Amino acid sequence: MSELTRGAEAPRDEAADGVTQPPHRRFWRCGVAASGAWLAVALVSQSWPDQGEVGSTGLLATALAAFGIALLGATVASVCIDLPRLHRAGPWLIALPLLLGAWELASAKLNLLPRPFFAAPQSLLEVYADDWARLAESTLHSVMLLASGYAVGATLGFATGLAIGWSRAIGYWVHPVLRFVGPLPATAWLPLAFFALPSSWTAGVFLIALATGFPVTVLTWSGVASVNAAYYDVARTLGASQRFLILKIAIPAAMPSVFVGLFMGLGASFAVLVVAEMMGVKAGLGWYLSWAQGWAAYSNMYAALVVMALMCSGLITLLFRLRDRLLSWQKGLLRW
Amino acid sequence: MVAGGAPVRLSRLSHRFELHGRPLPVLDVIDLAVAPGEFIALLGPSGCGKSTLLRLIAGLEQPHTGRIFMGEQAIEAPDPSRILVFQDPTLFPWRTVWKNVALGLETRGLPRAEGRRVDAMLRLVGLDGFDNAYPHQLSGGMAQRAALARALVNEPRVLLMDEPLANLDALTRIAMQAELVALWQRQRFTAFMVTHDVDEALYMAGRVLVLSHRPARVLAEVAVDLPYPRHRGSRGFATLRERVLEELGLQSHW
Repeated sequence: MSELTRGAEAPRDEAADGVTQPPHRRFWRCGVAASGAWLAVALVSQSWPDQGEVGSTGLLATALAAFGIALLGATVASVCIDLPRLHRAGPWLIALPLLLGAWELASAKLNLLPRPFFAAPQSLLEVYADDWARLAESTLHSVMLLASGYAVGATLGFATGLAIGWSRAIGYWVHPVLRFVGPLPATAWLPLAFFALPSSWTAGVFLIALATGFPVTVLTWSGVASVNAAYYDVARTLGASQRFLILKIAIPAAMPSVFVGLFMGLGASFAVLVVAEMMGVKAGLGWYLSWAQGWAAYSNMYAALVVMALMCSGLITLLFRLRDRLLSWQKGLLRW
Repeated sequence: MVAGGAPVRLSRLSHRFELHGRPLPVLDVIDLAVAPGEFIALLGPSGCGKSTLLRLIAGLEQPHTGRIFMGEQAIEAPDPSRILVFQDPTLFPWRTVWKNVALGLETRGLPRAEGRRVDAMLRLVGLDGFDNAYPHQLSGGMAQRAALARALVNEPRVLLMDEPLANLDALTRIAMQAELVALWQRQRFTAFMVTHDVDEALYMAGRVLVLSHRPARVLAEVAVDLPYPRHRGSRGFATLRERVLEELGLQSHW
């Protein structure tokens, strides 16, 4: 019986191909266009005079040119080195400088976008060059607060969900509380939290944990409750103890659902993080945003937004990597 | 580990479920004595309580009245000496084939060296080389072999099979009937198999029990005294088939 789905056969095929055919290398044509585009935008921003004082145009042109030269190097090197990930990004590497160029023209060069509400690329660059220390500190603070709150919320949520899903007695008492308190947005606790808890840091942790905990609890619970009862029967006839049933059957079977909860919880925690930092915690990217707004430093705001987007996207990516590793047994996983 | 089958005795066994607050009798007084290493096939209409009977013998449920004995001991809880194999392979999707088969050894905390038994069992059911495959990568027949291996690696004294081959295609099914008989002859466990297939029952079992509609009673017992390997085309086989179909009340239909 050799009917296997592709999953198990694929590695064998690849190995066979590898033996018979040497890896096929091709000149990276996209790279020529990409490096050309970056260098062209660098040239435009350097030689076309700015309308008024917008920032360190020289630094921007240098950075763009450096990127273009690096891409040119990679293009030449493509004759002897394979860089599949870079090559796949080719079209994006052409589109990005074009978009940057359009933005540069509309803001710094032609002044089509009203200042100071719209910033030019070099203005953002200037913020990063001048204010990187404060931005880095804010990012670090945000990450620490988020990680603490998320860890507490995810751990407690997982434990609570498991307990409700497993024990009818615990479910009887916890379920009504969960139904009553859970749907309340964590931000509604904000005034109370800052007033009742000893520090704004602990208040932030509490709020983020609350926002994370609810979806993680509900989805862990639903994951445990929907485990195929036959899994327990099989395991019991094979001699499994209660402990074994929980640790080796209920939890792994519930993991796909738990990860949905962790994903939703992470999204909710971002929202609460920013609000908490804007409203009470005197540090972090949320605080930086409202501080920049107070000083009408719009470039700083955009710069902080970019950093925040990178942070959130990075954390979601991290979560998906973890899931891909733990749930590699599932077929048809969504790639993030 | 004690090898070989165990005697099983059902003594005035009755069982009922609660359905919408009303009792629903499923098993009517069943008395049965099974010798060690016997192969019993249970035939009967759908929903007559055959699967319930297997669950009771496995110890997954307690009978309403009556008792079940394995040897001298009354059955009160599940035990790896009596293993149930379902119609659906019910492999744990997060475990590789090897780790699925090793589960029974793991629950009993047997040392890693016993892993050799897992390897040997996978070889026996023709799954060597698939140790690291996940269940979703297996075909139906392979998955059911893995489920059988997971049961047999524990050297059960009683193997309970609930329509183990019902979900397989016709050809795989015929091949696996022969393989199951071979495995049974090798390990000599006491076997109970629920099936809807008269030929399957006659091909594999030493004794065929025909059960009634719910609540199930034993309507007839047919001893199959044909030597193994059996041939579906033989005259003895045809006579027995006719008799069993008659007991099932289907003589006019075939």
